[in-house]
Amino acid sequence: MKSITKQKPLEEIDRQLDGMDRVYLVGCGTCATMTRTGGREEVLHMKEHLQGLGKMVTGWTVVPIACDEMTDTTLRESNGAIKNASCVMVMSCALGVHRLASYIDKPVTPALDTLFIGLEDGPGSFHEVCAQCGHCVLGFTAGICPVTMCHKHLLNGPCGGTNDGKCEIDKTKDCAWTLIYQRLKDQGRLDVMRRYQPPGNSHVVPRPRIARISP
Amino acid sequence: MMGQSFREVLQSGKFVVTSEIGPPKGTNIDKMCHHIDILKDLVDGINVTDHQSSVMRFPSIGGCLHVKEKGGEPILQMTCRDRNQMALQGELLLAYTRGIRNVLCLTGDSIVVGDHKSAADVFEFDSAQLLRAVRHLETGKDLGGNDLDGGVQFCAGAIVTPEAKPFEPQFIKFEKKVEAGAEFFQTQAVYDLDNFAKFMDRARQFRVKILAGIVLLVSARMAKYMTENVPGIFVPQNLIDELAAAPKGGALNKGIEIAGRMIAELKKNAICDGVHIMAIGKEEVVPDILAAAGLTSGGTAHPASGKTLHAS
Repeated sequence: MKSITKQKPLEEIDRQLDGMDRVYLVGCGTCATMTRTGGREEVLHMKEHLQGLGKMVTGWTVVPIACDEMTDTTLRESNGAIKNASCVMVMSCALGVHRLASYIDKPVTPALDTLFIGLEDGPGSFHEVCAQCGHCVLGFTAGICPVTMCHKHLLNGPCGGTNDGKCEIDKTKDCAWTLIYQRLKDQGRLDVMRRYQPPGNSHVVPRPRIARISP
Repeated sequence: MMGQSFREVLQSGKFVVTSEIGPPKGTNIDKMCHHIDILKDLVDGINVTDHQSSVMRFPSIGGCLHVKEKGGEPILQMTCRDRNQMALQGELLLAYTRGIRNVLCLTGDSIVVGDHKSAADVFEFDSAQLLRAVRHLETGKDLGGNDLDGGVQFCAGAIVTPEAKPFEPQFIKFEKKVEAGAEFFQTQAVYDLDNFAKFMDRARQFRVKILAGIVLLVSARMAKYMTENVPGIFVPQNLIDELAAAPKGGALNKGIEIAGRMIAELKKNAICDGVHIMAIGKEEVVPDILAAAGLTSGGTAHPASGKTLHAS
């Protein structure tokens, strides 16, 4: 499971740093390294870009797992450089940005947009498999999630836009319901697809979503 | 025919003809009203599209109100794209109080194909779930389980795509819509009548009325574009060739002739229960299509009398 990120447009990054001349850069050694958006190379690239804008980069690091609570300890070593900065720019997914913002007493700003949580299905290729909807339907969809993989998250079969097994919005994307149909057919379980599925609950855990595990 | 509801017309055994209009982008409703005037006495029901192709327009229910005011029989197209279950139910209540008795339950096109590409989509319900919601409201309760003070009754329909590839999953969805309470189906455009007849052989086992979708072809280029780019539409090469061979400026007339010919064949061979004519901006030629199909005695684009001209 990986947090899939994309670098923000440079002009948006630059705008976020308006009035902040000294920047400390943090990358992430896990997902953002894998997606080549916040690994060592990208952090150094960003450092160059910021210096080109006339900003001072007070220091940089790539923490092993930005969202992990250990990030706090890791960053303590860089306390001086962080103190000297007017802000911390984070090149990780939003989970990492949150983790840092929770204990750094400086403005923390994201360099990346977090797109989705995905599985790697081949080198450099990721796809979203779970939208964390709170009412898992995989039991009647042969393990293929229509909430996530169907553009209209339909629960009762394909729309009229099914296009030779591809989605009407993009010929490079599979039609989830063609995949579900095929797999259920192979399993001899098409009766499952014929069963009516009622709408899901949009508020299984109302936002803000919090879970407290009892001891 | 006067006083007959659309449901009664469907059950009467006559060859049913519906057509559709698209509301304007803006507040100038002259053209839409003109189209209603042309169609209202010629067809058994007028669909009003719901932000078709996800292009923001005057709403379908607004168009239906105009159809109703002008004495036509409106079919409210309702998609799940822009409304959550609160809005869907509320709009059905409004429709009912204004005499709109027919609703076509659709999933809706994707937002990203339209002209507001960054807008939120809803899709809380799909078309089968919307059909069930309509039937649930008819029990006198809302979807929250609360009593309604005044209920609704609708003739509810849906769509099906006989040329969908692959077809089997589409047919399962069709069956689920039937089970959810669809009384009639208007199909996506069909041009290959042999294939459509095969679809009908299977669909006939269900007690629903099926109106074949007839989309007017206005040029060989349009036909080629649709068959190559619109999922679920297949235009056989012989029709494309026929349009291409039409004399300069004559493609529209050829398209009218083809549509009329298909309708006549569907009726003559009792392949389906009727047709749904989509002229997509050329609503003024629907009377010509009906005349070409032999369904009207006149064949003039603007019949002088207001009476229904259908052959039964």
